[in-house]
Amino acid sequence: MNPLQIELPGLSLKNPIMPASGCFGFGREYSQFYDLSMLGAIMIKATTYESRFGNATPRVAETPAGMLNAIGLQNPGLQGVLTNELPWLEQFDVPIIANVAGSQVEDYVEVAKEISKAPNVKALELNISCPNVKTGGIAFGTIPEVARDLTKKVKDVSEVPVYVKLSPNVTNIVEMAKAVEDAGADGLTMINTLLGMRIDIRTGRPILANRTGGLSGPAIKPVAIRMIYEVSQQVNIPIIGMGGIQHVDDIIEYFYAGASAVAIGTANFVDPLICPTLIKELPEKLAELKIDHISEIVGRSWKSEVI
Amino acid sequence: MIRQEDMTIVSQKLIASNIYELTLKGDLVEEMEQPGQFVHIRVHQHVSPLLRRPISIAAIRKDLQTVTLIYRAEGDGTSLLAKSRSGDKVNVMGPLGNGFPIDDLGKGQVALLVGGGIGVPPLYELSLQLRNKGVEVIHVLGFESVEKSFYLDQFSELGKTFVATVDGSLGTKGFVTDVIEKEKIDFECLYSCGPLPMLRALEERFATKKGYISLEQRMGCGIGACLACVCHVANDPTMKKYQKVCSDGPVFRMGEVMI
Repeated sequence: MNPLQIELPGLSLKNPIMPASGCFGFGREYSQFYDLSMLGAIMIKATTYESRFGNATPRVAETPAGMLNAIGLQNPGLQGVLTNELPWLEQFDVPIIANVAGSQVEDYVEVAKEISKAPNVKALELNISCPNVKTGGIAFGTIPEVARDLTKKVKDVSEVPVYVKLSPNVTNIVEMAKAVEDAGADGLTMINTLLGMRIDIRTGRPILANRTGGLSGPAIKPVAIRMIYEVSQQVNIPIIGMGGIQHVDDIIEYFYAGASAVAIGTANFVDPLICPTLIKELPEKLAELKIDHISEIVGRSWKSEVI
Repeated sequence: MIRQEDMTIVSQKLIASNIYELTLKGDLVEEMEQPGQFVHIRVHQHVSPLLRRPISIAAIRKDLQTVTLIYRAEGDGTSLLAKSRSGDKVNVMGPLGNGFPIDDLGKGQVALLVGGGIGVPPLYELSLQLRNKGVEVIHVLGFESVEKSFYLDQFSELGKTFVATVDGSLGTKGFVTDVIEKEKIDFECLYSCGPLPMLRALEERFATKKGYISLEQRMGCGIGACLACVCHVANDPTMKKYQKVCSDGPVFRMGEVMI
């Protein structure tokens, strides 16, 4: 038995490791480095109905153990993704999770309806938590009623299971998670980036042209772990965890917190081979920890607590 | 082909105020061909600073299997890099991007190479390669001050070299464009790398000439995936067409992108 094989709604994964949306484009650049078929899945760059150029530059700024980004959902639009990107990805034996974004409900619904028909799209990731666009995005991810309504409408039209990507920029993450679960979400992905800012001390101005950006990288891992720990005890749908994973130990920590799979984001920029490396190291780590199958340890941190 | 490799530091020298010349040895040099390409350096294996540093290639020595980089120690990453010593290993990804095309010019034709500050280094390998083809190279190099100037002897060996400094401590007081005007330099192709105001001034002044500029931008991945370093394509009314500085550039035809 493959100790890494995972079954999640819509997704049969040969391993629980996948690149996170926005950190991997549509895979072309990384295909220079390795065969994308070895990945558990690929979460492709957010797709909006119309193509978007995104924000002005600078779009990134480094921070201690992390980085800020404010790309602004640059993407070729629904038609561009359906025509050029998804067919190209069909050469690989890997399920695609399509990240769907928009600035109004109709955009999300239209993109979800069309993109979920693509043969290699096995699940959607509803992006209700992008902090870097002026309208929509994060608003959908911070008000439970709005998130519930949007999830319901997307579920009505999607041909594949829907995972909702939660924003950490909320007071009560459990309330958000329960709201989208009620609305029929098949799973959660968490967390998106934390809203942050850096100021250039020479100019006295924010470094990012967008002023604020989303913080990612190892700096946010404890926040993600805490949120997954809280949410996984309160919902009955699986969680794909992400935020600052760099080492195989980080993956174990995410599973202990309550994640059923993980996504790798910022680390791809530091080491383009990070996903294959982790996929190779994970079985060795499990053997070392005497774990027969990765799914055994989901939520171990709270399951083992004496209440 | 783009690869990652732990290269060995052969030498590291302070060559001007805060400016370091770093020479690395390794198999990766075999992949390096075009002047104007860059490498993405991971200064250590720790999480902070996290990202790689894009640094342009200043000289390639295939016979010695070495590559020379010249960089300014400014932020956390480059300051750490400046502390590394001969024998240390540094993780290098590259070569990245598209460099300066040199096939446009032949023997006896004139290339004008204009560099500003830390934009000067990639012009050195360019000058070497043009010279090897028999192209006449003229250099106009701009620095803030004499303390921040470097490689003047090296450039002078390859061709006529003029210098401008903002404070007048070396060469002409003023900007590179003042020198080009003053010396009435004529050329077949312009190559430039440096601060945006300088590149803009050159594009404006030589709008009808053939030329290439190399851009600098804050980068994430360095290979075109993260879309951190995009710029608009010039004369695009939709404002949606873009080029990535890291993988489409960093060298563009003059007038190709909005700067």
